[in-house]
Amino acid sequence: MQHVENAKFKQDNQQDVKLQQHVQQRDADVDSPLALHIDMVDMSFKGTKGRVQVLDGISLSVRKGEFVSLLGPSGSGKSTLFHLIGGLLKPEAGDIAIHGKSVVGETGHVSYMPQQAALFPWRTIEDNVILGQEIAGRGKRELRAEAREWLRNVGLEGYERAYPHMLSGGMQQRAAFLRALLSPHELMLLDEPFSALDALTRSDMQRWLVELWERHRRSVLFITHSIEEALLLSDAIYVLSARPASVLQRIDVPFERPRREELQNDPKFLRMKQDIQALLR
Amino acid sequence: MLRRKFVQVGPPLVAVLLLLIVWQVTVSVFDIEKWMLPSPYDIVQEAKASWKTLLGHTWATLKLTLVGFGIGSAVGLLVAMVLHPVPIVRRAVYPLIIISQNVPTIALLPLLMIWFGFGLLPKIIVIALVCFFPITIATMDGLSRTDRMMVDYMRMAGASRMQLFWKLELPHALPSMFSGLKIAAAYSVMSALVAEWIGTDKGIGHYMLLQQAAYRTDRMFVAIVIVVLLGVMLFQVIQFIERRLIHWHGQRSTDEE
Repeated sequence: MQHVENAKFKQDNQQDVKLQQHVQQRDADVDSPLALHIDMVDMSFKGTKGRVQVLDGISLSVRKGEFVSLLGPSGSGKSTLFHLIGGLLKPEAGDIAIHGKSVVGETGHVSYMPQQAALFPWRTIEDNVILGQEIAGRGKRELRAEAREWLRNVGLEGYERAYPHMLSGGMQQRAAFLRALLSPHELMLLDEPFSALDALTRSDMQRWLVELWERHRRSVLFITHSIEEALLLSDAIYVLSARPASVLQRIDVPFERPRREELQNDPKFLRMKQDIQALLR
Repeated sequence: MLRRKFVQVGPPLVAVLLLLIVWQVTVSVFDIEKWMLPSPYDIVQEAKASWKTLLGHTWATLKLTLVGFGIGSAVGLLVAMVLHPVPIVRRAVYPLIIISQNVPTIALLPLLMIWFGFGLLPKIIVIALVCFFPITIATMDGLSRTDRMMVDYMRMAGASRMQLFWKLELPHALPSMFSGLKIAAAYSVMSALVAEWIGTDKGIGHYMLLQQAAYRTDRMFVAIVIVVLLGVMLFQVIQFIERRLIHWHGQRSTDEE
């Protein structure tokens, strides 16, 4: 099935370029070389025993068009960091800038893909996919036409009018990713998007994501627990410590693109994996 | 499909039939007086004989129920939507709504009649008050139980308060809202009946009171059947609208077929 889709990708390439230009046009006002810059962010929450420090002096940056992963033990405050970037929370100290502009406590600057697909069950797939742009104030009708082309592009043809519950977990995640991809904000935050999927679907989805991302090169910050996933997908990995989270190391991932799954058997890949494992221990 | 339909409808239908047969047989075997307990046959005969007068009473009750239910639902929904975005006010008013619900309808009616006279107004107010509660509570619960992840998504995408409400919270609350509406529908028929016991000359409630005075038990049973039918009808109408509106419930639509 994957092969069929791959063939489809190539076939639709022409049209794809057109769509890509459209996305770039929307982001034409973006000049700063850094899509995201986080500078010395501290955050704590009120717990039962006084305040609990969650983030301790986190600094990181995502260059434009770069795929960056956040890797760390669960409960290390990665999702909190996303809420800070998304403007749902305000950091106690430090600054967050998106495309060179400080956005502390401001919503509406990122496109977000949550852990579960969180598609709206009362909307058809095409209406779900356009939600980000709809919020930004564009008309439903023109968006739908665009969404249909995209759905065809990502292997969801024939599901335009279906409701989310009719789709498998992997397909729902594709739709959720497309929803993020189509939203008008250049920077994408992906919060463990594949953690709820079974191993097979997950590796399918990784392959799918790598391919799609390599064609579109959006700036991505990606949370994951899986070292392989981070190595396979990213240009750079930030390894976080346990709570309170701080950046242990930024690791640049040197593998060439386009990347294929076979990369996972590369000795260099395995060495990096072991290094990161040691770092997390 | 027909067979599945029968499996669904069959057992309760058989149960009702059995009950009616036992009732009929008991009444004739033990020779129970008609004014004590009429047989199903007597009731049907009586219904045939007096359906013309009953039609007027039924229409009056139906009108009263619908107006009261309509006003009560509208106010209930409005209150829930207005209170939802303001947590402080919501917390302040919530206990009041619950207390108000524990005031019995019958106790309230005479009071309302002193204030608003003998017309339709006090009766409509009673029904509206009774409907208001389940709808407000159910809708508010539905609104507040919106999926966190979806809310986060909407807010990060920069959705305004209004967009959040119309695109996410309201559709998410629809199933709860309809549970409230269905409960309120049942309450509203009962309240209409009670409201007609006092100060009116038409309606099924009034009719029942008259027949009770005359020991016409058979007529009272006819009235009860009508009341039950009214309630079921209203419930069905709401359920029909619900299914039209909430078409995305995967499981529900499969067991309907």
